[in-house]
Amino acid sequence: MVPAAGAACREKVNIHGLPAAQTVRYFLTYISGGYEKIMREQILTFLEKNSKIDLGELAILLGSSEEVIANEVAQMEKEQVICGYHTLIDWEKTSQEKVTALIEVRVTPQRGQGFDSIAERIYNYPEVQSVYLISGAYDLLVILQGKSLREVSAFVSDKLSTLDTVLSTATHFILKKYKDYGTILGKKTKDERMLMTP
Amino acid sequence: MRNPLSKKVMSIEPSGIRKFFDIANEMEDVVSLGVGEPDFDTPWHVRDEGIYSLEKGRTFYTSNSGLKELRVEICRYLKRRCHIEYDPLHETLVTVGGSEAIDIALRAMLDPGDEVLIPQPSYVSYLPCVVLADGVPVTIELKEENEFRLTKEELLEKITDRTKVLVLPFPNNPTGAVMRRSDLEAIAEVVIEHDLFVLSDEIYSELTYQGDHVSIASLPGMRERTLTINGFSKSYAMTGWRLGYVCGPRDIIEQMTKIHQFAIMCAPTTSQYAAVEAMRNGDEDVSRMRESYNQRRRYLMNAFQEIGLKCFEPFGAFYVFPCIKEFGMSSEEFAMRLLEEEHVAVVPGTAFGDCGEGFLRISYAYSIEDLKIALERLGRFIGKLRKQKCQD
Repeated sequence: MVPAAGAACREKVNIHGLPAAQTVRYFLTYISGGYEKIMREQILTFLEKNSKIDLGELAILLGSSEEVIANEVAQMEKEQVICGYHTLIDWEKTSQEKVTALIEVRVTPQRGQGFDSIAERIYNYPEVQSVYLISGAYDLLVILQGKSLREVSAFVSDKLSTLDTVLSTATHFILKKYKDYGTILGKKTKDERMLMTP
Repeated sequence: MRNPLSKKVMSIEPSGIRKFFDIANEMEDVVSLGVGEPDFDTPWHVRDEGIYSLEKGRTFYTSNSGLKELRVEICRYLKRRCHIEYDPLHETLVTVGGSEAIDIALRAMLDPGDEVLIPQPSYVSYLPCVVLADGVPVTIELKEENEFRLTKEELLEKITDRTKVLVLPFPNNPTGAVMRRSDLEAIAEVVIEHDLFVLSDEIYSELTYQGDHVSIASLPGMRERTLTINGFSKSYAMTGWRLGYVCGPRDIIEQMTKIHQFAIMCAPTTSQYAAVEAMRNGDEDVSRMRESYNQRRRYLMNAFQEIGLKCFEPFGAFYVFPCIKEFGMSSEEFAMRLLEEEHVAVVPGTAFGDCGEGFLRISYAYSIEDLKIALERLGRFIGKLRKQKCQD
């Protein structure tokens, strides 16, 4: 896996928003034999925000045992529900120069393979951080990280644009990250409440 | 010069929390477990709606009873969550927090000398509000062995010919106790038999962790003798918006509206618009916060067990009420030493009535990280006390 280049934080964990109408969902999953499923969702909700959490502690919070939680996590790693444990880094605060670009790519899908093989040709480059198939005016969204504008431009003109199936590209450079993966960057929240209230 | 103050006001004691607050406020690096309000921000979509109402220039009074659309939403909500049906036009009043509802309910119902039963430990304002309304507060001591629930026997013991109102503060601040349906049924029986009225303060109704909250007004024969008080502070993390409501029989609500009209005019308009959004689209926020509180509750109970601090397991609100009798100190002494020696602020149980002696109120409206630091200090303090005790 690519080391955490730029802000990357378990983006491949395959879960959908939680909680949504929890009681209803609880009932539905319960009757479909899904106690495990609820436990999984709860574990994932935690890990998505804090993969460093101690499993014993997580067990206490969820009213379960450490063994159950550890088994479930191991199982999800095996099934690749959990695809990695990354760290959200604000590179602005380091001395490392980083440039992130969002590149819209229009391509010609290939017979029998659709977009998959062209996506693969792109995501195999280590400097490519994410590749998404997108609905709308273009096909692939490529997120690229480089040391400088020049390096990113060179990648687009030399490697990406020259692929046979690529029709056009539009490159957007990120100027500032306010919020990434649900976390507001660089904002420390202070408890504004009075120390004691009835 | 004449004494400008009334004897009645002078007879009321200031809140026991004040003293601690003043000391804690002067200290640095205090870790507080002493607040009675959520740590979450009001959900953004609710705040946004408040801002939008200001942008639109909705800065005028609303009707005395509150925005009609809000009252309609309140009634829908109570039907959906508490299974009681109220008429939004005549049986619903939007107030400045649950606190105002408590105050005007008592003022509307009491004649001089009428007795009001107040189970304790409980929220600090019932007793003074009864006194200010010329009623006579009669406290009922709840017991730890009953998990601080009100029993039929305890209630019967305090009923006299002058008893008119029973305050029912569940889920409870400060104990975290909840009343199950069967507990309420036993109480309802006595209430009906003795022709009493119930002032049911259900401000923590959304914060229960073992089955849904039961409203006493939903029991047979109780709707016509119950005022159901609730609000937005705890369930939607909206304390500063100062918004609550009360529903009940038309004749009582009408008289309460009269007091409200002359004393308050109407609840804050911005808050009312925000509250409409909260009730329409806030169910998910409520369940998210509830789940979060429940996790912290489990975390605290587990930590207490490890420290060896005795505590019954509460299933409501966001408080635990551990017993500190084993240390041979008063609640106040314990809380003061904990504050001075470890800079941890908790509220002594006695702030919620004399029978809170020997207990502390610890709030878990804090992040796990904050709780962790506080519990470490509390554990160290208790370790020190035990060691001293051994040496004695």
